[in-house]
Amino acid sequence: MSDTHSQTVSYVRDTMLAEKTPPVSQVGAVRWVRENLFSGPLNSILTIVGILAVWFLVGHIGPWFLNAVWHAGSLSECREILQGATGACFGVIKDRWHQLLFGFYPQDAYWRPTLTFVLLIVAVAPVLFDRVPRKMFWFSILYPALAFWLLWGGTIWFPVVAMLGFVIAVVIFRVLTPISSLLGLIASLVVPVMWWLFLTAPLADSLSQALPIGIASIKSDQFGGFMISIIIGVTGIALSLPIGILLALGRKSDLLLVKWICVGFIEFIRGVPLITLLFTASLLLNYFLPPGSNFDIVLRVVIMVTLFAAAYMAEVIRGGLAALPRGQYEAADALGLDYWKAQRLIIMPQALKISIPGIVNTFIGLFKDTTLVVFIGILDPIGLSNAIRADSNWNGIYWELFGFIALMFFIFCFSMSRYSMYLENKLKTDHR
Amino acid sequence: MAITSEKPSVEFRMSMLLYDTRYRSITIQIIFLFLFMAGAAWLIDNTVQNLRALGKDFNFGFLGVRAGYDINQRLIEYSNDSTHGRAMLVGLLNTLLLALVSCLTATVIGVFAGVLRLSKNWIVSKLMGIYVEMFRNVPLLLWIIIIFAVMTESMPSPNAFRGDTPTASMLFFDTVAITNRGVYAPGPLFTTSLGSVNLGVISVSMNFLLIMATVIGSIWVNILIRRNASVVQEATGIRPVTWWKSLLVLFVPIIVVLVVLGFHLEYPELRGFNFVGGSYMRNSFTAMWLALSIYTGAFIAENVRAGIMAISKGQSEAAFALGLRPSWTMNLVILPQALRVIIPPLISQYLNITKNTSLGIAVGYMDLRSTLGGITLNQTGRELEAMLMLMAIYLTVSLLISGAMNVYNNSVKLQER
Repeated sequence: MSDTHSQTVSYVRDTMLAEKTPPVSQVGAVRWVRENLFSGPLNSILTIVGILAVWFLVGHIGPWFLNAVWHAGSLSECREILQGATGACFGVIKDRWHQLLFGFYPQDAYWRPTLTFVLLIVAVAPVLFDRVPRKMFWFSILYPALAFWLLWGGTIWFPVVAMLGFVIAVVIFRVLTPISSLLGLIASLVVPVMWWLFLTAPLADSLSQALPIGIASIKSDQFGGFMISIIIGVTGIALSLPIGILLALGRKSDLLLVKWICVGFIEFIRGVPLITLLFTASLLLNYFLPPGSNFDIVLRVVIMVTLFAAAYMAEVIRGGLAALPRGQYEAADALGLDYWKAQRLIIMPQALKISIPGIVNTFIGLFKDTTLVVFIGILDPIGLSNAIRADSNWNGIYWELFGFIALMFFIFCFSMSRYSMYLENKLKTDHR
Repeated sequence: MAITSEKPSVEFRMSMLLYDTRYRSITIQIIFLFLFMAGAAWLIDNTVQNLRALGKDFNFGFLGVRAGYDINQRLIEYSNDSTHGRAMLVGLLNTLLLALVSCLTATVIGVFAGVLRLSKNWIVSKLMGIYVEMFRNVPLLLWIIIIFAVMTESMPSPNAFRGDTPTASMLFFDTVAITNRGVYAPGPLFTTSLGSVNLGVISVSMNFLLIMATVIGSIWVNILIRRNASVVQEATGIRPVTWWKSLLVLFVPIIVVLVVLGFHLEYPELRGFNFVGGSYMRNSFTAMWLALSIYTGAFIAENVRAGIMAISKGQSEAAFALGLRPSWTMNLVILPQALRVIIPPLISQYLNITKNTSLGIAVGYMDLRSTLGGITLNQTGRELEAMLMLMAIYLTVSLLISGAMNVYNNSVKLQER
């Protein structure tokens, strides 16, 4: 056979050919475009529609941005500079920047909210990232009192005495628990409450008269702008998680009464709009409290927003608890752990990990919902945008203000959602 | 260790209330109940004292009193001579109308955006990603205000449509006019009217009832035809051709009814200072509708995407191995399974829409909160009663929606052991 073959073929290749380059349609950008943009008729139509949409958006918004005017004292001045061309008038942001951030907070005290915000980052760092030294937690614990004092001002003794309540609670718990754990628990709950209700105010008063250390006091009605959004949002976030955990445990509890009260609370809060709760805070709270008592509107709003978020949080955490395999509960029981130890060491770490996306979603929702306080007369950024428009200089300016507010909210909420993804990744223990 | 033969003492001691797990739960519950009742009593006592101090009583008589204010959007008869109770009803219907149309459009937008975000088309999936992130991370209230501002500030006034060289023109072959006062679109009219039937508080047009009955009847008959075809297919292995029957049943009756009723469209016309005729959507309604649908659509898109991604890749591979086309794979294999994952979060999105209609306050939409919780509350000074009713109504609506959707969810969810 091979003989005949060698006779019929006059030429046999004895060297390898150089590799041919793949067809142009199969490499690089062309291939990517073919695969991702024009793989079929439907895909091509989608691509063209998409490009048209982008073209339309860029064509409308692009010039508006490019012609933006940053230095102008009023809308009419902007229009003179633009001479009929479309363009943004970001002069309003430059002009009212402080107001959008701080509302009507006194100008000479702007350093106080700024410092509070910087310290907030410091205080939150050890909670968010475990590379930060653990000792920083002590600062995080002290931070609420410090922030309260910096923002509202007044004597330093009030927050100090209030924080002493916690110290008293810890001391009583430590001292009494070896004698009787129940007595320790009850005393460490009752005594601080008594301390806050009856002793804090007179003690702080007398201390401040003896040693007047303090900064100028600033009333809540001067608060505004992103400052108020962040105050309400951060306080709500910090408080709604523990309350939500308690509510979720209550809802899964074997104690029927506790269960039904928790279910009733959660379903009630989730069934009504936040606006009605905020109106309740501003209109009805005077009916429910002892005659003559009147407390701060920001505090009322924080309480309502916290309760609202806590009910949603409870449902998210309940989902996490339900997703946990039954064996985990049984294993905890088999180890002889009591209810709270089982929750603390076995159930909650896993349930919370499962519900991280839901928890962060609730946080984001809470932060966005802080804008609703505008309806009860608190000057949040949206309220301020109306106030700025009421000024004759800036009458008729809409998009620049809305764009700025939207951008700020976007930055906060988007970074929260990115952090949640980072956390999920970090805590992921399955090997997929 | 010696084993005691005697029975453990069952004598009851007070300390067992705390240390014996059999009794402890009862003790805790009694303490809890006591605290709860004490708290409730404290609140009620405060309320009674405060009401007495203000010289007010607690009754809902104001609902029967003349309201004396106008409502600019009403689905049922209402004038300022009507009662506060009727104003509340008008508001409730407005709330429900807004919630219903927003739920429908949000679902459509959400499903499209969710599916397109998973598309292999790079530019489309990126665009949808931008849409979802942009709307999810900015407060709804801001979107409502922005869209309302677009409607009132950027749209031409009716005057711009006038003259030989108008600066604005009507859309869709001169049928729809978008002005800064609202959207004017063709409205349905009937030459032969069957009158209306009075159902106590509201009167419903007979024409509307007849059309609804025809549509529902047609859909029902169509379902019967399809079910019958399935039975034949089970028995013989050959599915009878039904598409022409379906078309006939779905379209012929409604067309006949519309022709008999003399259905025609009335087009809006520029007369005087404004458009006249046709149907008219207020800016407040349009802004709320668009904002709620687009905002919630972004959330639904994420739910849809999560639902589709939750279906394991093996399912679509198995479907391809069976030789199913991509579209059949989606319709027969992926979507029915994804639906089970999508529906529970979808329920809470519908609830969110319903509750978020109360943000109509920002644009002056006359919903339940603006009538009962707004003007009525301010006119009568009955904060306590009005707010309690408002909450009770929202709570009832929410519970009804979640109840109905849960029934649906139970009917489609996977039957496990």
